[in-house]
Amino acid sequence: MTVTDITVGPGDGGARDEPLLVVDDLQVEFRTREGVARAVNGVSYTVDAGETLAVLGESGCGKSVTAQAIMGILDTPPGFVTGGSVRLDGVDLLALPENQRRAYRGEAIAMIFQDALSALNPVYSVGRQIAEMFRVHRDMSQKEGLVKAVELMDLVRIPAAKERVNDYPHQFSGGMRQRIMIAMSIALQPQVLIADEPTTALDVTVQAQVMELLADLQDELNMALILITHDLGVVADVADRIAVMYAGRIVEQAPVGDLYHRPAHPYTQGLLRSIPRVDAKGTELFAIKGLPPNLTRVPPGCSFNPRCVYARDVCRDGAAPPLEQLSDTRAVACHFYEEVLGGEQ
Amino acid sequence: MSEPTRLGGARDRDNVQREFARAPAEDITLPSPEGEPVPSEDVGKPRSLWQDAWDDLRHNKLFIIGSILVLILIVMAAFPQLFTSVDPRNCVLQNSRQPPSSEAWFGYDLQGCDVYARTIYGARASILVGIFTTASVMIIGGLIGIVAGFFGGWVDGIASRITDVFLALPLLLGSILILTAFPSSTDTPELVVIGKVVLALALLGWTQLARIMRSSVIQVKNQDYVSAARALGASSSRIIGRHVLPNSLAPVIVVAMISLGAYISAEATLSFLGIGLQPPVISWGIAINDAATYVRTSPHMLFFPAVFLSVTVFAFIMLGDAVRDALDPKLR
Amino acid sequence: MIPVVIGTTFIIFTMVWALPGDPFAGKCGDRPCPPSYIAEQTARYNLDDPLLLQYVKYMGNLLTGDLGETFRGTQVIDELAVALPATLKLTTLAIVIEIIIGIGAGVLAGLRRGSFMDNLVLLSTLVVISIPIFVIGYLAQFILGVQLGWFPPTVGRGAPWSDLILPALVLASVSLAYVARLTRTQLAENMRADYVRTATAKGLPRRQVVRHALRNSLIPVVTFIGIDFGALMGGAVVTEGIFNIKGVGGLVFGSIATREGATVTAAITFIVIVFLLVNLLVDLLYGVLDPRIRYE
Repeated sequence: MTVTDITVGPGDGGARDEPLLVVDDLQVEFRTREGVARAVNGVSYTVDAGETLAVLGESGCGKSVTAQAIMGILDTPPGFVTGGSVRLDGVDLLALPENQRRAYRGEAIAMIFQDALSALNPVYSVGRQIAEMFRVHRDMSQKEGLVKAVELMDLVRIPAAKERVNDYPHQFSGGMRQRIMIAMSIALQPQVLIADEPTTALDVTVQAQVMELLADLQDELNMALILITHDLGVVADVADRIAVMYAGRIVEQAPVGDLYHRPAHPYTQGLLRSIPRVDAKGTELFAIKGLPPNLTRVPPGCSFNPRCVYARDVCRDGAAPPLEQLSDTRAVACHFYEEVLGGEQ
Repeated sequence: MSEPTRLGGARDRDNVQREFARAPAEDITLPSPEGEPVPSEDVGKPRSLWQDAWDDLRHNKLFIIGSILVLILIVMAAFPQLFTSVDPRNCVLQNSRQPPSSEAWFGYDLQGCDVYARTIYGARASILVGIFTTASVMIIGGLIGIVAGFFGGWVDGIASRITDVFLALPLLLGSILILTAFPSSTDTPELVVIGKVVLALALLGWTQLARIMRSSVIQVKNQDYVSAARALGASSSRIIGRHVLPNSLAPVIVVAMISLGAYISAEATLSFLGIGLQPPVISWGIAINDAATYVRTSPHMLFFPAVFLSVTVFAFIMLGDAVRDALDPKLR
Repeated sequence: MIPVVIGTTFIIFTMVWALPGDPFAGKCGDRPCPPSYIAEQTARYNLDDPLLLQYVKYMGNLLTGDLGETFRGTQVIDELAVALPATLKLTTLAIVIEIIIGIGAGVLAGLRRGSFMDNLVLLSTLVVISIPIFVIGYLAQFILGVQLGWFPPTVGRGAPWSDLILPALVLASVSLAYVARLTRTQLAENMRADYVRTATAKGLPRRQVVRHALRNSLIPVVTFIGIDFGALMGGAVVTEGIFNIKGVGGLVFGSIATREGATVTAAITFIVIVFLLVNLLVDLLYGVLDPRIRYE
């Protein structure tokens, strides 16, 4: 099925009055035996062409679920999108019928996953899996698709691509497999690429290579990149802006520099303090006390309050603090952000 | 089914055999050992796999129905007098092939015996064979499996070769062979005949359980708590007895339960073929065999034993299925 | 595989001829074996020789096609040769049915977990597995063959294909049930795999996504069909007996009744060897289907 009703190709921010991808008040819940878990509880963020947004948070905070909801690949049941919108180039993807939605996947928005070994089909050759993009979306033949596959494998710097195009995923190293996934995802030059923990399963040196590759490709294709991760180190180099998530909500959004040097949310501050520093030798390592909440039983008020050193009564009673715009580029959801910004605790 | 990690590893024929060999569950998930850490603020009492499974089972309709059926059948096998006062061997030729009536609910068979009585009494042979075969299989197969899985190396090598050899003999064909080699006649004592059938089935059935036990043990022995026990100086037998065995048992029990049904079915088939149980032993298989030629004129003779037989097998398999689903951590 | 063949045939041989007790008990019908037969077989199988020598000579005989002689004086190998074609036809038909209906039902059920279709498949396969094959055989013969007349109740001379449909259905029934369940479970599980999520994220239409999962799901199914072959042959004994098919199974069936020990043993040994060959084939096939095994 070829796409006829969407613009494909490098986006141009100028033609619209809003960023390329706008996630607006997204709500996703999981209906399980133990109850309903609000996995995504009113998440809003935007990404523009050529921009990198990092979504940061611990396991279970909802960052991956948000991405899956954007792509439309949520496991339903038990997951259900219960509110909000996802606008790409002005079109609300959530409101589209499935067959139209499918046209966007792979073409306009693509996604890469954490574990390339399990994310690639073990019984088909990598060439075939890459070529599939062209066979399905561009009506090319298998042969033509394979030619394109070799080109793409070259592009992502896999040595001896021509010889290896018929090899199987398990015959490649972890870093190479991730590149193959990247190749597959950018095959049709999507406008948005979502990378869900792309380097978590890789060695540190390989991580750097893969991130560099992503950055280069992004420049070349002027893609919007959403980088989902829990690794603060990876984010620092690559991201333009960061959204920090906790228990299904965004608690802080800021440009990279601002976030690292002057965090406004206690959770962000805690995360930054947890990074072991070379010059802190001999002192005890810091860790945020407690554990993330069970999403079927989120504490009332601010969901972070049980673990927060700044918490007062207002944090425990009443509603969760809303995401407040501090400036054009910064937003935070905390009653006491001034204290956090002000000094150390 | 836990997708066996195939990366690079030799295709473990064990894995395929254990997962897909007949009669037992086609897919067994090896559950992880006691209690997963609960990562939430309200850490409740740590629950074991068995507790969770029991909770599930208690509310599982299939399990309840299956258990009730099995219980009734066991009682029937042990105390047939509770279900009928008629002597199944009191056969009057004049009544031959009479259809069901108020005196004989299931009618009479070829020899004029009360079909209802014979059907009730027939439960004993089948249940006995089922239980004894399963018990033997669990012991033989379990032992070999544990030894092979735990000690590995050349012990495993030999055990696996032996298992391979026996695996090559299909259940039915192999038992036909064994029972042909040691034929019974009408004067062989009842217990001996039953014993032979049990032996034949057990000799051929242990391999399946050995494979499963072996895989289970291998998975468990690589867990940290086993290494910890070893580091603390525990002897092999203690490790096996206290750590490895309890945690390897789950898939073994599931397979054993389902196999029980299969063994009952196999016994009936052997009796039907004429080399299993022999008269004067009362068995459903023999009854069906005798009744077959008259199925057109007197279907009741075949119908009732056949239904009882099928329901029995069904009950055991259902039970095994329910237990397997309850123990499957993936479905939590 | 050779060691297994040797081991298995050795066990069979030992069990039948070499264990303590009278090896000729019950092997010649209802009467004790005629002394001439005993003398001849003893000579032929060297039953007075030490065990290993006996076995070696026995295997030697097997390889030259000498499968022994029945007490009525016919050669077992001849009887087998005559019986083979019918069984080949029946088994082939049964396997085809097993594959088509079994995998078909399994796919339908696996794709719609929890639906009516799924539960129907689950329940019906459970029922089929529970009913012993000889009961299925008689019921099918009676209801479909005699009462409704859709199929001939017994198979005629030369085993024409059309006559074999009903017996093949019966023979395939239990295996089919297992195949359906296995396919169902495998497919349902694979549909939840990461690579299926990737396939969906690539914008592939549902049919293609299912194909990805199916390709992986069928590998164990193929293996199962191979392993199941032994059970299938066991079922053939019953099926051929009930439908009066003059095949290898029918040969065994009849020989059991007449207590023809030599025939039973030889036929079953033959079947077992074929079974081992089938397993070997499946092993090789597995390497073709699963590239991860190919390249280790």
